[in-house]
Amino acid sequence: MSRLRALLAAVALLGAANAWAVNPEDRLPDPAQEARARAISKDLRCMVCAGQTIDDSTAPVAQALRKMVRDRIVAGDTDEEVLDAVAKRYGDYALLKPRFSAENLVLWIGPFLVLILGGWGAVQFIRAGRAAPVDAAPLSEAERAALRDIEGA
Amino acid sequence: MTVELGHYALVLAFVVALVQAAGGLWGAHAKNPHAMALAGPAAVAQGTLTLFAFFMLMNAYLTSDFSVANVYNNSHSAKPLIYKIAGVWGNHEGSMLLWIMVLGFLGALVATLDRNLPPTLRARVLGVQALIAVGFLAFSLFTSNPFERMDPVPLDGRDLNPLLQDPGLAFHPPFLYLGFVGFSVAFSFGVAALLEGRVDPAWARWVRPWTLGAWTSLTLGIAMGSWWAYYELGWGGFWFWDPVENASLMPWLAGTALLHSAAVVEKRDTLKAWTILMAITAFTTSVLGTFVVRSGLLTSVHAFANDPERGTLLLILCLLMTGGALTLYAMRASALRPGGGFHTVSRETALVVNNLLLSVLLFAVMIGTFWPIFAEVFFGDRVSVGAPYYNRIAVPLTVLLALAMSFGMQLPWKRAQLRSAARRLRTAVAITVAAMALVLWLAGQGKALSVIGIGMGVWIVAGAVLDVALRIKVGSASVGEVARRAGGLPRSAWGGAIAHGGLGLIIIGIVGTTIWVTERVEVMKPGDRLTVAGYELSYDRLEQREIANYQAETATFTLSREGRKIDEMFPERRWYPVAEMATTEAAIRLTLLDDLYVVLGDPRDSAPEARVVRAYHHPLVGLLWGGSLTMVLGGLISLSDRRYRIGAPARKAKPIADAVAAE
Repeated sequence: MSRLRALLAAVALLGAANAWAVNPEDRLPDPAQEARARAISKDLRCMVCAGQTIDDSTAPVAQALRKMVRDRIVAGDTDEEVLDAVAKRYGDYALLKPRFSAENLVLWIGPFLVLILGGWGAVQFIRAGRAAPVDAAPLSEAERAALRDIEGA
Repeated sequence: MTVELGHYALVLAFVVALVQAAGGLWGAHAKNPHAMALAGPAAVAQGTLTLFAFFMLMNAYLTSDFSVANVYNNSHSAKPLIYKIAGVWGNHEGSMLLWIMVLGFLGALVATLDRNLPPTLRARVLGVQALIAVGFLAFSLFTSNPFERMDPVPLDGRDLNPLLQDPGLAFHPPFLYLGFVGFSVAFSFGVAALLEGRVDPAWARWVRPWTLGAWTSLTLGIAMGSWWAYYELGWGGFWFWDPVENASLMPWLAGTALLHSAAVVEKRDTLKAWTILMAITAFTTSVLGTFVVRSGLLTSVHAFANDPERGTLLLILCLLMTGGALTLYAMRASALRPGGGFHTVSRETALVVNNLLLSVLLFAVMIGTFWPIFAEVFFGDRVSVGAPYYNRIAVPLTVLLALAMSFGMQLPWKRAQLRSAARRLRTAVAITVAAMALVLWLAGQGKALSVIGIGMGVWIVAGAVLDVALRIKVGSASVGEVARRAGGLPRSAWGGAIAHGGLGLIIIGIVGTTIWVTERVEVMKPGDRLTVAGYELSYDRLEQREIANYQAETATFTLSREGRKIDEMFPERRWYPVAEMATTEAAIRLTLLDDLYVVLGDPRDSAPEARVVRAYHHPLVGLLWGGSLTMVLGGLISLSDRRYRIGAPARKAKPIADAVAAE
């Protein structure tokens, strides 16, 4: 079930139209600009699809977004400005890379905090391990006698 | 009739699971050998009953019994046999039954094979396993009955979604489930150990084969799903950081961490509490994954086959299980005293680093997956967390993991010397540096990332090969001695090295497929040519055909290189009129070094047979799939190590039994 469902859902949605993403006629004449458009497209979500980027998706929204991205690039926007413009019109939901904002702080800082906290825990554990005897304590005379008994029997 | 029998078996399994849970858990607590003795036979009975129920549903599919709503909704009398079988789990109710069947089956297997466990531990393991089963059986019986009848009986079924009718897809859920549910055994062992208040190297040995089996199966399941997406979705993507994919990655990461930390418990009798935590995490993330997929919580589009009410119930089940296990953990974990000490530079430290990195990765995947829900609930904002986020977190962590991997393998237990490990790794360092220099010199696109990526991959592969080579003394002993040592090297050591090597190959494949990919998109009409990465593709003709339940148009392309014809390729577009669905069947020509991937797109007005054609060249993609299979192979080889073989007779079996009888 799992992933296949999502992908199927995505395919089912685009199935009826089945136009493929980024068609030849969309392309910008300047290859450098087109490359930028493709790169930006990979950071933008097709809002009606199951987790697809506008670069992959064939939905009309994605088509509109691809055009918008290219128009802005031709108009001279930087990559950041293009993303901002898209977010302004369609909301932050369109950004696959969430903004580094106060709201999203946990998302961006969280893994580092866990790394630091976990690292601290690991150091404590390793210290404790260093303090403990590395090799098992040698057998006492009584234990050795018992062992001799077993082996000798 | 057989359908009612199946339903009845499921109800009976529920009752038997209650007995098993009570007998196992209360019996072990009260030291009542009669109650404890119930757990084993109950587990076998429960396994048999759920297996029976499953086959009864399968029988309904095979005989196209459309009086059963589930069969009517997901099958068709004219469907090929293998999709009738796959249809059983290609839907919500059936997939829950598969889940329950695997759970019951594994419980029965534990009862049958692990006879030499200490009786109270065995009773508790089976008891916990039964508690999980009670939850899922209740869920299935009360909210998702697969055996519901219909009246009047329809003449024929509504058929399985055409996209599901694909062999890659049909058989990926069972492996995924075997993985998810397989971690339930580790979970049960973990909770049972907390109840017992005792974790020792023997415990780690008992848990190991179950964890390894689950891990291997999950690895295969994920790889199959990824491969399916690659060839079926038509743009050559293989991993999308989709919530549903993340749901399968989380238990995989936890399971990988568990395999490594359990080795520390087994060899050094320490890191116990953490290992228990990982055993709990591996299974609870599996249940969480099921909940995520089944509830439709994450993306409305997933609502496809889901139902929020069922989702709520699954969430409750998930919370009960996680909450219960973690509460017990909080109460009992401190009682687990660490055993053997070790030096700062040692295998123990390396494995702690491994677990730290894997857990951080797991945390990042988890927070990324659930952040959108969190943000919506608490801030009222719709945000997305996609590939750019995950890549930013996962790539540096993977680099650290890769560095630690090959290095850690050269560190002996207890105490190691950095200098001697470094000396042993000289060859691997040299190979890695050479590979990175070569990439730096050759690579056109994405230079920095590809140098790092290839460096990581080669370092891991070289480290794995070197590890085996050093252990069997290749180059420093006679051929006969090397062969003798190769035969004597434990299978678990072979398996570990092979699985590590597989990961290295996967990383190299990912670099090739994602960074060095070449893409061409052109409108072509018959007679046109297109060049992609040195290959020439000429569009010869287009044929329309009517096939059973779909219409197909197939293009013929001639593939040539430097003017010489190498092959013909046949990308296809299909239209399923009943389902009103179109699919594309990419033509893929896979070689050892690369693949050529051709997709037939929409018509264009310029000519009647003009089509948008997409051609991709994915260098090294074979390593991605080959590496995945290598990992699975490593898991299987390690699983066959006789030291860990499930049910391998323990010398002390008899005395323990006697001791308990005496109690």
